[in-house]
Amino acid sequence: MSAELTATRASRFANWNVAIIAITVVVLIVAAATVDNFGTSENFGFLVLDVLPIAIIALPMTLVIVTGEIDLSVASTLGLSSAVMGYLWNQNQPIETIIPLCLLLGAVLGAVNGFFVTVLGLPSLAVTIGTLALYRGLAFVVLGDSAVADFPPSYTAWVTGTIGSTPIPNVLIIIVVLAIVFGVILHATPIGRAVFAVGASEQAARFAGVRPGRLKFWLYVASGLVSGLAGVLWTLRYSSARADNGAGLELAVVAAVLLGGVSIFGGKGALPGVIAGVVLLGSLQNALRLSDVSNEALNVVTGVLLIASVLGPNLANRLKGWKQ
Amino acid sequence: MTRRKNLAVLAVVALALTACGGTTKSSTESQNTAAPATTAGKADPNAPIKEGLKIAYLPKQLNNPYTDVEVGGGKVAVGELKGEYKLVGPNDASASSQVSYINTLIQQQQNVIVVAANDPNAVCPSLNQARKAGIKVVTFDSDAAKTCRDAFINQATTQGIGESLVKMASELAGGSGEIAILSATPNATNQNSWIQVMKTELAKPENAKLKLVKIAYGNDDDQKSFTEAQGLLQSYPNLKVIVSPTTVGIAAASRYVSASNYKGKVAITGLGLPNQMRKFVKDGTVKKFALWNPADIGYLAAYTGAALSSGQITGAQGEKFKAGKLGDYTIGADGEIVLGPPTEFTAANIDKFNF
Repeated sequence: MSAELTATRASRFANWNVAIIAITVVVLIVAAATVDNFGTSENFGFLVLDVLPIAIIALPMTLVIVTGEIDLSVASTLGLSSAVMGYLWNQNQPIETIIPLCLLLGAVLGAVNGFFVTVLGLPSLAVTIGTLALYRGLAFVVLGDSAVADFPPSYTAWVTGTIGSTPIPNVLIIIVVLAIVFGVILHATPIGRAVFAVGASEQAARFAGVRPGRLKFWLYVASGLVSGLAGVLWTLRYSSARADNGAGLELAVVAAVLLGGVSIFGGKGALPGVIAGVVLLGSLQNALRLSDVSNEALNVVTGVLLIASVLGPNLANRLKGWKQ
Repeated sequence: MTRRKNLAVLAVVALALTACGGTTKSSTESQNTAAPATTAGKADPNAPIKEGLKIAYLPKQLNNPYTDVEVGGGKVAVGELKGEYKLVGPNDASASSQVSYINTLIQQQQNVIVVAANDPNAVCPSLNQARKAGIKVVTFDSDAAKTCRDAFINQATTQGIGESLVKMASELAGGSGEIAILSATPNATNQNSWIQVMKTELAKPENAKLKLVKIAYGNDDDQKSFTEAQGLLQSYPNLKVIVSPTTVGIAAASRYVSASNYKGKVAITGLGLPNQMRKFVKDGTVKKFALWNPADIGYLAAYTGAALSSGQITGAQGEKFKAGKLGDYTIGADGEIVLGPPTEFTAANIDKFNF
């Protein structure tokens, strides 16, 4: 019975994963064929840079959501990392020191979330809404309303540049490496199995020898670390450290993750679907913008897609139920 | 667990290794100052203006009444030039949102991008990418860094605006008392440079009795500006004048004061749109405010872009060109083109203006 249940669950979920990847491929092909200048190598570079922060933060976010928790503080962590980067740069610290410090800061901010959620057992939604405001507030304390802009050209050029004379953006390396790391962790290691187990039933997982608290704690650390990295990359990409960098990005990340077929209730999800979700949202926005569609319409499209992604699997499920 | 520990150790070691030596702000600055300015080709003042030029406007954000008037002037000019007009832009005035739009305009192979930068540096790499692709970049409203645009349409000199704001405030305060500034976003390039001049002006002996008590930021958001105006009046009961160098701020502050018992006691002035301010001028809340004609900015930007794209000018100091009904212009230092002096609006003349 339970084996059967898992089997149908797995297949239903695989279906959505395949579906979202297929939809993404179709959208890419249609856009390349019908939208002028969509399929150029230059536009590919722009597209990658546009989705970069969402893409990398979505990876740890997927694991967090699969365990049944959420981290809404990611964009504020990005902003605080950016603000601290600007502050230290103004203090004449070497960038080679600042970057690791910002990553460390991200990890610490994630650990704070993890502490509240796992040690104190508070609901992650409440905790990370709190730190969303707190970290953003701290970012403004650190950098105030000013912007720091004069980062070294060698670093900013690397972030916006491509590998040699190929059209492949440098930052794609970061996305690919992180995607492989998180993909392997989630789908090919005991940690990943524990993530799914905790998401499906925390109690059952505990009986099976998993320590959910410790697992979640480190997932929050990972989420903070990657958000800190996103803050560094954001700052270098726009050559501008500001306290308001990335404001509102957390919703785009959660949207991409849910669109990628991850269940908000935990226990279900796969990384390939999430990556497809990120690419789908990013390329749709890019293509619509190239076709001179207004920003309001872009938001409408994103909203409709998100509802469809939740509704689609749900409807299919009910139809199956009726048939039986 | 141990892997994480190793990572932490690695990070600390990396820190220790890089602590001495490395790329710092001062070492970068010395490199940056050494970089030469971009050199442009030779200008041909007699080159004909090309027809069919694609001129795209990218304001700080869409759906802002002031911006609408500016780009409206641009649309008229592009029509006169027989070009193709396009308007794109984000809904929020954030620093990064404009970059995607610039990238899109590069892909669409526009001839001219007329942009008001939300952050002078964040837009720089993509603007330079555009220029590498042969697109001429004209900035208006809020300039981008000098190294990443061809020309900047300055609505009036910073000095002139700052002086005129202080002059109006002084007149309205009767020469002495507390004044406050209600600005746009804390990063707005133009507002900040005007405020800087205002501070210099206020430091002069003739303005010694005027005291600037607070600079509040309404973020060019009506609601926020309204609340900030309210806060200013509550925190500073002796406030005589609120100077708002932004159209959103001055309208919100006027709306608050006109419906409160501060009306008649606290004067509002600054930079505003006649159509938005008309009722406050008529009901006595606002005695005078100033502005240039925003439609002329968009208009001048189109002619500048067309002249650049046709090779009449390159953006170098001293070059001259003709801007339709506005007449002749000469490019100043750093590629700046000054529109002209601001106009003061009072109950006597406000009905002559409709924008």
